[in-house]
Amino acid sequence: MATTAPKSAESVRTLRTDAWWVQPLLTVLVLTGFIAYATYRTFENNFFLAELTWVNGAWQKSQMYLDGKVGHLLSPFYSPLFLVDWRVMGYYISPAILILPFPLSFRLTCYYYRKAYYRSFFGSPPACAVKGTTKKSYRGEQVFPFVIQNLHRYAFYAAFAFIFILSYDVILSMKYIDGWGISLGTLVLLLNVVLLAGYTFGCHSFRHLIGGKVNCYSCSLANKTKYGLWRKATFLNDRHALFAWTSLFGVAFADLYVRMVCSGVFADPVFVKF
Amino acid sequence: MSTVTLRVFRGDSTSSEFRDYKVETAPGMVVLDAIHSIQKNQDPSLACRWNCKAAKCGSCSGEVNGKPKLLCKARIDELPQDQPIVVTPIKTFPVIKDLVTDVSWNYEVAKQIEPLRLADEGSTEPLRMQQIDVDRIQEFRKCIECFLCQDVCHVLRDGQRKDIFFGPRHMVRFASLEMHPLDTADRRPFLKEHAGIGTCNITKCCTEVCPEHIHITDNAIIPLKERVADLFFDPIAKLFRRR
Repeated sequence: MATTAPKSAESVRTLRTDAWWVQPLLTVLVLTGFIAYATYRTFENNFFLAELTWVNGAWQKSQMYLDGKVGHLLSPFYSPLFLVDWRVMGYYISPAILILPFPLSFRLTCYYYRKAYYRSFFGSPPACAVKGTTKKSYRGEQVFPFVIQNLHRYAFYAAFAFIFILSYDVILSMKYIDGWGISLGTLVLLLNVVLLAGYTFGCHSFRHLIGGKVNCYSCSLANKTKYGLWRKATFLNDRHALFAWTSLFGVAFADLYVRMVCSGVFADPVFVKF
Repeated sequence: MSTVTLRVFRGDSTSSEFRDYKVETAPGMVVLDAIHSIQKNQDPSLACRWNCKAAKCGSCSGEVNGKPKLLCKARIDELPQDQPIVVTPIKTFPVIKDLVTDVSWNYEVAKQIEPLRLADEGSTEPLRMQQIDVDRIQEFRKCIECFLCQDVCHVLRDGQRKDIFFGPRHMVRFASLEMHPLDTADRRPFLKEHAGIGTCNITKCCTEVCPEHIHITDNAIIPLKERVADLFFDPIAKLFRRR
């Protein structure tokens, strides 16, 4: 038996010996990267619709659309499409600014992302059993601004509407000047909608509203139906973190794909035309 | 037979130190076995609370290499052995002696939660419930009250806000009652004003450490937050309620 130098467990930040800092660090890097990209694309105000091109201060049909090489391929950052001509001090205002608050508020108030950013950005706590920024004055989501998180369901309503808007965009992406077709861009937009739907319909607020608030499922036929819906939402909810990340990458990739097609980096491969 | 070094917290809330003990390991050995070995062969004054040694009584909660764990479930062979294994008491509650803490605050808090209230308290008819109604709350009944979730909760651990938050274990208790198909009480105002559900910021550490794998955050705390939002934070729901 040996006695070490006395050292209180209270005096150290954590006694964990594993790399607890890796996960919050990765979260910071990925979310910061996404925010930087999304901000750039929001204010770029160009290369978001393959059908149009910006020439001499006005939108015109693009040559590749007129040639039947691309359809109505629209970036999810700019959907639904608003073609506005708003200028402030000579600068054009991007329509994406009107759209961004809705998906952004859904992710900001999302229960999963709250865990991610409270840990990684606020250090409250940075990892389990690691002392962070939580002080004796801590009030959490009881006070402003975090009390706003309680309105997550309203952000869900907007996100719900976006699933239909983006689904409509998938259909429109198949519309060419000379008919209909399916391209790689269509599949990219479709994948984006599937991932976003998996994320949106696994939302904790949706799970509550669709049946989670019921206590007696066997009491009526309506409640039995709600139980079935709650079970399905629970299936997605169990995978909420997975869909939260994949849908984030999905929407960024869909936008990047549209941008590359619009800017002529490569042509959108068309598989079928009819 | 190989040996491992355990660096064990010794003392109480007024004075403490770490002491190193070398223990011979055996296949399948857990940290609690090593503690028992120390008590038997080296230092009988080492205090440790335990009971079933089967991860069902929730008595032997502690922290192994800084992570809240049941000592009877923490296998030695799953821990790095090139450095001492640090064993400490759960940090959120006051130390009585060595690895034993005073968790009585939890029992005082539990008394404040309104128990099951049936519609007809005087009825002698047997209570009947369908399986689909109890599926959800059965998960909460798995709680063994080890208080590891209370230990890891940063509101209680770092903020020491026992004055404003009951902690995850009690949120599980609230959920088991609020979602009960035969319960008629409404605990949402109490949850908001006294139990402090709004202080939880969903960082899920309680779920990560639960030895019974209860989805504390997703299945208990968040549904309760949503129920509180129904009553206090949803203007449209409020509008319909008044009608």
